Formats: sequence, C-alpha cells, structure tokens
Amino acid sequence: MAASVRCFLRSGKNAVSALGRRGFHKSAPAAVQMMVRDALNQAMDEELERDERVFLLGEEVAQYDGAYKVSRGLWKKYGDKRIIDTPITEMGFAGIAVGAAMAGLRPICEFMTFNFSMQAIDQIINSAAKTYYMSAGFQSVPIVFRGPNGASAGVAAQHSQCFAAWYAHCPGLKVVSPWNAEDAKGLLKSAIRDDNPVVFLENELMYGVPFEMSEESQSKDFTIPIGKAKVERQGTHVSLVTHSRYVSHCLDAAVVLAKEGIECEVINLRTIRPLDVECIETSVMKTNHLVTVEGGWPQFGVGAEICARIMEGPAFNYLDAPATRVTGVDIPMPYAKILEDNSLPQIKDIIFSVKKTLNV
Amino acid sequence: MLTNISNVLRACAQRNGAASVVSARTYADFTAEATFEIKKCDIHKLDEAPATQVVMTREEGLQYYRTMQTIRRMELKADQLYKQKIIRGFCHLYDGQEACAVGIEAGINLTDHLITAYRAHGYTYTRGGTVKEIMAELTGRRGGIAKGKGGSMHMYTKHFYGGNGIVGAQVPLGAGVALACKYLGNNELCVSLYGDGAANQGQIFESYNMAALWKLPAIFICENNRYGMGTSVERAAASTDYYKRGDFIPGLRVDGMDVLCVREATKFAADHCRSGKGPMLMELQTYRYHGHSMSDPGVSYRTREEIQEVRGKSDPISMLKDRMLSNNMASVEELKEIDVAVRKEIEDAAQFATTDPEPPLEELCNHIFYNNPALEVRGTNPWAKLKSVS
Repeated sequence: MAASVRCFLRSGKNAVSALGRRGFHKSAPAAVQMMVRDALNQAMDEELERDERVFLLGEEVAQYDGAYKVSRGLWKKYGDKRIIDTPITEMGFAGIAVGAAMAGLRPICEFMTFNFSMQAIDQIINSAAKTYYMSAGFQSVPIVFRGPNGASAGVAAQHSQCFAAWYAHCPGLKVVSPWNAEDAKGLLKSAIRDDNPVVFLENELMYGVPFEMSEESQSKDFTIPIGKAKVERQGTHVSLVTHSRYVSHCLDAAVVLAKEGIECEVINLRTIRPLDVECIETSVMKTNHLVTVEGGWPQFGVGAEICARIMEGPAFNYLDAPATRVTGVDIPMPYAKILEDNSLPQIKDIIFSVKKTLNV
Repeated sequence: MLTNISNVLRACAQRNGAASVVSARTYADFTAEATFEIKKCDIHKLDEAPATQVVMTREEGLQYYRTMQTIRRMELKADQLYKQKIIRGFCHLYDGQEACAVGIEAGINLTDHLITAYRAHGYTYTRGGTVKEIMAELTGRRGGIAKGKGGSMHMYTKHFYGGNGIVGAQVPLGAGVALACKYLGNNELCVSLYGDGAANQGQIFESYNMAALWKLPAIFICENNRYGMGTSVERAAASTDYYKRGDFIPGLRVDGMDVLCVREATKFAADHCRSGKGPMLMELQTYRYHGHSMSDPGVSYRTREEIQEVRGKSDPISMLKDRMLSNNMASVEELKEIDVAVRKEIEDAAQFATTDPEPPLEELCNHIFYNNPALEVRGTNPWAKLKSVS
C-alpha cells in the first residue's frame, strides 16, 4: 500500500494506473538465454541434487564431460559413483541400467546417439518397457534412456536414423521429443521423476541453439508434463503438427506463409507417446487442414500414426482435405551435403505442402 | 524337529491302531549334525577352493530335502497339467536341477538378490513364492504370482527379478542389481544365473567386463545341464570350461547335483563378493530330466540311457536322502511323511490352480505404467477404448 502511494507520487503520468497496480516498482526480469545442451545439463544437475538415487551412465559422460558436452561439469560435481563412464558395450550397460532401476535406483542411461540404442533395444523393450505389465504391477522400472536422435550433419546413413516411430510403437514406454531449451529442461526433469521407462529423444543440431527461458522455467521445480503438446503459434488455416527440430522449420515456414495470408497453427508435440491427440483434434477442428512434419522416414511413422488417429476421431469430419505428411526421404541418409539437404524436410517443402493441402 | 516326530507318531496311530507300529524314534535317536566329504571344486584364478569337509545339520537336511522334493513334485505336476492342456505356451521344467536352486539359496540370504532365465519355477519357490501362486500363474489364473499376466517365464517376487524370456538378457540386469547393491552400500549381492547355451552370449561378456571393472558384488552362475535346447555343449562352445570363461573373473566348477557342494561354493563366492573383491563365476554341472521345454521330448539329442544313468547315480534328492539315512539323520518314515505332505501341498495347489478364475477382462490393460494417472488404451478397433490403471 505504502509502495503504491510512493509510486503514485513519483510517477505523475502513470499515477492512475499505479494505483491499480500493487507492489513495488519492478523492472522486467532480464531475459535469460540458454542453449538446449545447457538446459539438459541443468535438468540433470538439479535432479541429481534432488534425489540421491539418480545417476548417469554412458560413454564419455564423466571425464570427457559428455560426447556433446551435455553432461559437462557433472562428474566434477558428483564424482565416480553417480556419473559413470561405461565401456562401448550398449547392450551390457543398458541392461545394467535397467537392472539398477529394478533394484531401486533411478538411472539416466545415455546413448551417444540413438543409432547405438539398436544394440540395446532388447533391454529397452523386453526388460524395461514390458516388465511392469508382465509382473502385474510388482516390478517397476524408473529409467530414462536419453541421447541425440535423428539426423545430424554429414554423419551419413548409420548415424542418422530417427527412432521416434520405433520406440513409440511399444506399450510400456513413454517417448519424449523436446524442441527448445525450455522443453528440454522441463521434460527431462519430468522424465527423470517419472517412475516408468522414458525414451528421451534429443537432437544434436539443437544442442547449440539458444532460446529464451521464461522465469518459471528457471525454477528448480520446473517440469513440463509428459503427454501434453504445446501450441507454439496460433493459426486458423492449417494445423502444422511436428516435433523436435522441425518445430523451428514450421515456425519459419509459418512466417513466410503469413505474408501470403496463410495463418498456420504450429503444434509442438513434445511427447510422441502418449500422443496428445486431443490437442491435434482441437486444432484440426478449427483449421480444417492437417500437415504433419517430421524428420523420420514416412512409412509407419509418427505422421502416419497422427493421420490414422485423426481419421478415427471427431476431427475427421472437419477436414477439408486429406491430411499431408512431410517426412524425411525414404532412403538411408546420404553423405554429400546436397544429397543430405534434400533427404530431409526443408522449409520450402513445408510451404509447398501447406499450399497443396490448402489447394492454393 | 519335534513336529516331525509327533507327525510320525500321529501317522502311525492313524494308520493302524495296532501294534505293528514303527518304533517311535525320539529326538535323541537322530544325529544332530554330521560332516560330509564333498567333491573338490575346480578353481580358476583362485588360490583357495571351497571346503571339502562340510557340516550339515539334521534341520538343514530336512529343509533341503523338503524344498527339493517340493520343486520336484511341482514340476512333475506342471508336466501333467501341460499334457492335459491346462498349462499352455512355454513350460521349461527344472526337475533334476533342484540342488542348484536349493544350494544357492542356502549360501545366500533372502535379502540378497537373484535373477535367472526362463527355467525359473524352482527359483521362484526358493525366493519366497508359494507353490499355489506359481501353479496358478502357470495356469493363467488371477491368483497367480503375476496375476496370470506373466506366465511361466515371468514370475517375480521380492529380490527376485524373474523369470526372463530373452536368453542372456538377465545377466546384465543382474549386474545392474549388483551395481545398485554397491551404490546403496547395503552389503547385499546379486546372483545372476544363465545356462550353457546362454554362456556364449556377448552381453554376458559385457557384464563380466563391467562387473569386474567396477568390482560389483555379482555372482555369475552358469547352470550347465549339458544341452542348450537340442544342442550339446560340444556343438555350441569352443570352450566348455564355462567357469573359466570369465577370464579375469575367478571361477569355480561345482558338482551341481550335490546340494552341499552348491551351498559351499555359493558361500565361498558370497564371501568373496561381500569383501569387495568383485564378481565371481560359478559353473554348476547339473542335468535336466525333461527336455528343453514341454514341446521337446528331450530324447532326440540324448539317449534314454543317459537320462536313466543320471537319475540312478546322481539324483540330487536321492543323494541327500542316502546321506541322511546312512548318517542316521532321519528315518525312512520321516522322509516319507515329508513326501506325503509335499504331495498334498502340490495337489492342493493344483486344485487351486485349476479352479481359480481367470483374470478379469476389465484388468486387461492395467499395469502399463506405475504411479501414473489412469489412461485410455486403444482396443482392437477404434471404438474400443479400454481403461488402464497403475
């Protein structure tokens, strides 16, 4: 009260509004910029501090500070017991991580890239995902499998596959795909706190991208719920549904399309499994057009699932055109830059697909 | 002990009021404990071997006998129920190998941890499961240890992590449990079992490496029953010295048909682990009477004579029985009483397992996630929206 009066006296012009406003004179909080890798780092740091049972294992996570520096500083802070460098034996260390989770710890198992998770996929699916069900609720497996997923730059076929569809196919797993720094932090914290196996698909090309972090996201208790998509941009003409790096592409495409009077609604899925179908349906029922965008291959992929679900639900009747999927090209990833660039959705492909869908 | 005696007396009284009563043996008549000479273990990267002179008390003997007999009869009952098509799918029976499960449990504590592959009914029992809930799981009923959702290969109980269907996958899991034991500093250890077939799996060598590197309190145990499904060890392994395959991990080769050998070796290995020296490896030379599973008659790759020979010369239950009788640690009648009691327990369990209702359909989709709000699960068609709770 006294503060408001002081404000009133000090700032003549704003006096009237000052009366309505309570509290002290406050300057806007400085916008905090954070790269995705640092957001991931912060999430792990906070969760390691919060719960002694949390630990990180993987190749080069400790003394090397992480192959992509995501775990920088953690070994120095927490030591050998909690940040463990493993030999290059994915099947073995993923199995060890799952066993540790069964016995009461809360491991974060890092795959240097998800391509290597294929060596361990049996442990992820058969030992982690299915166990709670097979044991009829007796044995839970609180584990996070994380690492970069999908294409990088010039790493060619064996190092560029997107595993979102493979993992999202399986009951018993949660599959999360963050886009920006806030997503990365909030979702990773949720994943670590979740008592179930979570596959956390990061993107190497996003690690070095800075994003503004809201004040809320700077708190140690900031979490983003798994299973809820976010509308990053409101629109009326078409629903662009996407995840991970392609959220950026869609937002960029939306800017270009807006100049031509096409307003895109961009939905950042954030979680692949469970899919937030309701969010997509609500959007499609508003825009009447659906375009999905992903980096993975087209067949049996994330976009395919979204189309099927929309068909099966109320939103189908609101579609003015068949849904369109924008995906990676159905080939193993080539090396040469020109070939690689043309193997993945570009902004122009999104723009083209939107216009085709809208028949303009 | 006294109960046993009174049981004998009661049984006599029930059988015939008349005089041809079995002499009422009193406690003082039986030897309280005896020392036995057991086979020496082959050792690898060790300076000492487990003791060859071991003590067994009457109590221990009776307990081992009863437990082994229970497993034996339970497995034979499962065979019967499978042939009647009351048990379906996979059923891998453990009869012949009882000394392994019982001996191992005698060498560790219930607070320790254990994981095995799919030939798991015996271990489910020694780790605390009841015959009733094991059999009801085999018949897929709601009273099963996994509520009918797991089946033969997926039974769990406290500090027992199954029951695992993928050959070899249980070994890294077990090493992970051992890591948790070390991490939590609880002085517990984890026994990870695998067969002679699984012993060639790469992930097992990955587990050896990490367990040794990090000095995990892990006992890796190879139950070598000479055949990986239909393939004899000579046809599958370049080296059949499974106890040496851990290379830098000290190993023991143990007579897996002798419950006391298994017990001593396990104690030896457990001491090693608990002292912080890291993992140990044990190979138990054992034998399964049944084929690999109920779909395998078990005689196309081995002779009936071989099976008979093992039964005649090395049966673990007979061996223990002979030892106890010849050392005056129990009477024939007493052991028969145990047999009768075991048979009854199995019959009752089978009765339960065949009459208990199947799990309710409403629970089909439960247990996907732990500690999670209820979720909707897609059924076979888009209109089938099923409910799943934790």
